[in-house]
Amino acid sequence: MTLIEGPATVLTVAAGISLTLVMISIVLVFVRVLRGPSLPDRVMGLDMIGLMAVSVIVLTAIVSGEAVLIDAAIALALVSFLGTLAFARFIERRERGDDE
Amino acid sequence: MNDLIAAALMLLGAFFVLVSALGAVRMPDLFMRMHAATKAGTLGAGLVLAAALFVFGTTAVTTKAVLVFLFLLLTAPVGAHVLGRAAYFDGVPLWDRTEVDALQGKYDVEEATTPAPVSAPPGPGDHPHEPDGPGS
Repeated sequence: MTLIEGPATVLTVAAGISLTLVMISIVLVFVRVLRGPSLPDRVMGLDMIGLMAVSVIVLTAIVSGEAVLIDAAIALALVSFLGTLAFARFIERRERGDDE
Repeated sequence: MNDLIAAALMLLGAFFVLVSALGAVRMPDLFMRMHAATKAGTLGAGLVLAAALFVFGTTAVTTKAVLVFLFLLLTAPVGAHVLGRAAYFDGVPLWDRTEVDALQGKYDVEEATTPAPVSAPPGPGDHPHEPDGPGS
């Protein structure tokens, strides 16, 4: 499997397998986002995808040796959390019983 | 040696992320799904961050990785709680085989979810026909 360029070391092989596992997870959670059945389910799925994107970014940083990418992980974790909070407030405050 | 530890941590982290995704797909109701997603997902991301810590080993990366992990540790429970509370108030159904709903009757849902200016009763000095603010 040539997921990652360069010589195959313990680190790159492990990172390749890990990236594959996380990608499968993202696909699984995306199924949950599509199927719902309720809005909170979808919001939870998007929150999880954010968390998994943080994992992907950190794994990419390990593979490429670019430590700067960890900064992007910080920003993504922050934005993902704020998005979840905003969605939760929206779910809590919206009009019920009219449009569902 | 550091590479071996990092590889093991990374694989373990990815495994836990996969477990959390499986939980999110297979569990029967929203609250069980969140139970699987929040804890296993945070642990998985934390283990991957620990792997980065072993690979780079510099002070800057260590600080940032610990920072991200602490941030996840703080925000994941808060986010899950806020979302779970909103979902409960929103009337998301529990699993049919749930035996006890410990929150039943503990909340006045209407009062808890209506925005404050709407639910607040008019005070003694309030005139209903007065304009709201100095700008209007």
